[in-house]
Formats: sequence, C-alpha cells, structure tokens
Amino acid sequence: MSDNKPGFDTLAIHAGAKPDPATGARATPIYQTTSFVFDDAQHAADLFALRAFGNIYTRIMNPTQAVLEEKVAALEGGTAALATASGHSAQLIICHSLMMPGDEIVCARQLYGGSINAFNHSFKSFGWNVVWADIDDISSFEKAITPKTKAIFIESIANPGGRVTDMEAIAAIAKKAHVPLIVDNTLASPYLCRPIEHGANIVVESLTKFLGGHGNSMGGVIVDGGNFDWGKNKGQFPMLSEPNASYNGVTMYETFGNIAFAITCRVLGLRDLGPAISPFNAFQILTGMETLSLRMQRHCDNALKVAEWLSGDPRVSWVSYAALPGDKDHEMQKKYAPKGAGAVFTFGLKGGYDAGVGTVSKVELLSHLANVGDTRSLIIHPASTTHSQLTPEQLEKAGAGPDVVRLSIGIEDVADIIADLDQAMS
Amino acid sequence: MNHDTYEADYIRDILEGVKTVAVVGASANQARPSFFVTKYLVDKGYTVYPLNPGLTGQEICGRTVFGSLSEVPEAIDMVDIFRNSEAAAGLVDEALDLEPKPKVIWMQLTVRHDEAAKKAEAAGVRVVMNRCPKIEYGKLSGEWGWVGGNSGMISSKKQSLHGSGKMQSLGIVKR
Repeated sequence: MSDNKPGFDTLAIHAGAKPDPATGARATPIYQTTSFVFDDAQHAADLFALRAFGNIYTRIMNPTQAVLEEKVAALEGGTAALATASGHSAQLIICHSLMMPGDEIVCARQLYGGSINAFNHSFKSFGWNVVWADIDDISSFEKAITPKTKAIFIESIANPGGRVTDMEAIAAIAKKAHVPLIVDNTLASPYLCRPIEHGANIVVESLTKFLGGHGNSMGGVIVDGGNFDWGKNKGQFPMLSEPNASYNGVTMYETFGNIAFAITCRVLGLRDLGPAISPFNAFQILTGMETLSLRMQRHCDNALKVAEWLSGDPRVSWVSYAALPGDKDHEMQKKYAPKGAGAVFTFGLKGGYDAGVGTVSKVELLSHLANVGDTRSLIIHPASTTHSQLTPEQLEKAGAGPDVVRLSIGIEDVADIIADLDQAMS
Repeated sequence: MNHDTYEADYIRDILEGVKTVAVVGASANQARPSFFVTKYLVDKGYTVYPLNPGLTGQEICGRTVFGSLSEVPEAIDMVDIFRNSEAAAGLVDEALDLEPKPKVIWMQLTVRHDEAAKKAEAAGVRVVMNRCPKIEYGKLSGEWGWVGGNSGMISSKKQSLHGSGKMQSLGIVKR
C-alpha cells in the first residue's frame, strides 16, 4: 500500500473494511452474535481491563459495528468513532462523558426539535442545564459561558431551515474557554462539511439520516476529533482525566492518547447505559455509506432546483435554502459546504398554518413522515409535529413557525418531485 | 528526519524487525500505560525486558525486572522509553553506549527530544517519538479498528492472524 492518502470515495467504500481472515468474505459479515469466546481466563481478564483489543459483548463492541465506526471516523477526519442505537443516544453518551449534575452546556437555539426537547426536559433529570445561544449573534455564545460550562453544542447545517453555522467563530470561543465544541453534522454529512477541519472537537451524527441514506436503519455516531486536551484543567472532565474505579484506576486520557474521548464513551457510557447499535443496522448503514458522495450530490442538485422553483411560485412567501444566491447564509454555505447546502430546507406558504397542513396531506410522491435523509423525498409541518413541544417563541427562533413546511429532497427525478409539490400546494 | 509524521512502512519495518525490547520506566501497577504496553508486547511475542530500578528482581508480566539498560543480559533491539523528554535524552546517551547499539529508540506519547533523536540517527539508530508501539501495532494489524479507531490505512488483503494462534490476535506481516 502506498502512503498516498486515499480519496473520500475510496475511503467511503474501503475504510474499516477488510476481507474476513477466516473465510475470505469480501463484504462485511453481519456478526449477529451477542458474545465472543475467550482464549482463557487471562485473555478474558485482559479484555475486561482494556489491556487487550478484542470483542467481549455486543453491548460494548461488535466487529460489524467496528467497520462502520472506522469508516465514519475516516470520512470525518477523526481519530476514532463509536456507533450507538440512535443519534439521541449518541448525544446522551457524549453529555454523560462530559457532564456531572449541576454542569452546563451552551447550545445554539437553531437545532433539530428533538435535541431542543432533550436539552430542555430529559437532561434536567441528570442535573444538566442548558444555556441557549444564537448563531445570529456569535457573542451570545461567549456570554453564555460560565465556570460550570462543559461544552458548546451546534449543528453545522441546522434543522429545519438549513441554516449554516459559523463554526470557526464558535470554535474560537470554545477554545478560549477550554471547553469542547460538539457539532451535529447530520444534515451535512462529511461529504458536504467536515467540522473537525473547522475546529470541532467532537462530531455527532444521526446515522439514520444521510449516512445510512435509505430510511431503513436507526443509528447514531460519536466521532472523536482527537484534538482536545482533557487533562489540562484538573477536575474539569473527571471521567476522562481521573483514575477510574471501575477499571482498577486506569486514567482514560493518559492511557488512550488521542482516542480517549471515544474510548470513554464506549467503555463507560455505552457499557453502563447500553444503547448499542444492532449489527444488522450497522451493516445496512455501512453499506449505504459506500454511495454517500453520489447520493449527497444528487440530493443537493435536486434540492437547489426545487428551492429555485418554489422561490418563483406565487403561493410561496419565502424559501430558506442556503444555496440560493440571495439567502442570508449563502456566503456561509460557500465557505463551509461549497459542494451544496444539503437536502433539508424550509419554505413558507402564503396560506399559513392551514396551507401547510393541507399541502402535507395532499402529496402523492413525497412521503409525509418524520425523518430526513432518505432516498425518498419527505415533507413535514414542524410546528405540529417535530417541534410541537416548543413554545411559540422557541418555534420562531428555531425556524419552525406556524407557516413553515420542511422538505428533505430525495434523489428521484426532480421533475417528478416538483410536479408533486405543485399539485399538493393547489 | 521529520518526526512529526511517520510512514506506515517505517513503523511496520521497525515493529517487524525487532525481537528484544527494553521497556524503560516499566510499572507493576496494572492500571498504568507502561503495564498495558509491556503486556501487549509480551503477548505479541516480543522478548521484553522491563526496567525499573525500584523493582529490580521482581516480575512484571512474567518477565524479570532489571535496574538499567546495561544490566540486560541480551542485546537490546529496541529501547522503549516511558520517561519524560529530559530523561529520554539521558537514556539515548546510555543506549548509544551499549554494545551492540540498539536498532531503535522509541519514545512514548508526549515524549520527544529532537536533539537526542538527531544524535541517535547519526549513530545509525532509528528513532520514533511521541508514539505508542501498542497503538501503532494496533493500527497496522487492524485491531485498532475493533475499538472504532481510524488506522488511516486501507487494504483488500486478508488480515493476518497472529502467529501465536491466540484468538482475536492479529499480526502485522504484510501480505
């Protein structure tokens, strides 16, 4: 093998994957097993104590999942990754690794509704407090930081309106405060944007969406940027920098170098909280990833044509899509995601809430459901569904007001997508 | 030589070419990184000499501990340093005084001394700094992927099982 770095598409297919040593199987086997045999008692002890690499139990690791993890890490430019049952559980494990009761996390208001909900409600049960900031006022991030802040959380391209966040400006604030920047890269995927290149320390993604790409398997992933000094301030991140009692005193960041965060998430969070991805789902997702570039480019090209058509339609009052030349995030999109603005964006109907609800009921080709990042085009009315637990003020801030319709444009023939929207809006 | 990055083949040649490894600063504490590395190297078939003057005569991973490089009863192929960068410089001088000289001086994570490295290289000794042989072996063999690690390498060749025949143990022999 030469040491010339393989390109993105080569990595999408080959990273993490090797022919099976026992059988020569070329495609990744689905290791549908819960457990793995040990050589002897010493081998078992070494595995449990993290002294040896190897498989113990599918709640903690699985060889099919491992292929998926290395593939995502390679595409995002991270040092390691951990797959989980869902994007939500990936977020839970990240916060669990970083935060103790009473700690704070600074979050952009412009987030997927499910994340807003989790931070506002469920996370309170753990004593984790969210302090909201605004990507349209970068100084709000700096003002939100207190001695209890343990992370900043943003989306690279934000749900539902496809807003593009100024990652580097926020990364600078995070660096100054010495807290990690977590970027949810779900809507962009590493094809459009690689947050680690812009200063992210941790990337989180819902594999359910564009990476799997076919709307058939739930999954989440945590990517370690390998670029944060967990031990710099004593007591700031105890799970990473203090000797761990459940591993006889091993100190994660000292022992595992630049994969310490991913390892901590696996051997502490995943081990104890348990949201393991199924080997079958891991197989589906890693297979979908092999065509990531082809699918993402088609998503972007289709979405731009649909956005352009909507912009010219008299029934539409506004379109929020960063690839449109007049869009407020257009310059930001050219900087952070030059290949395209993704598939997910919003528009407003002049008929307001009722027109929104009417349109989603009349589509024949588009699917009315809660998801994004499928080969199929999808539509939803966020105010009555994905963002329905938010207050009216939160809805507006999140870009999910009553007249807003969200699209996730698929990879069908774009003429068919436009024709369906046309008839549904009538 | 630039020690910021290493080619995979440079590391592979080193790890395939050495047999005896002196682990300087070895710990008997099973939670310490040096214990992890000692165990891993022993399991991969290297002849490991743990060095720790405070534990001379005791055993770590079934291997007798010696006090210093000069006490090791066999020629040392690789000196693996678990001490800070300043101590590493002194150890390089000690290593270059050995007869025969070691083939490789390896400094662990966060350990780096460019001047000492130049001195060793001038004497024909290969140097690796700020790396861990367990991590590098893990990346070359593919075991690193088992914990979701990005090895940075791709290949369509079958992975090689480790010669010891142990379950879940991969080797680094290039096919």
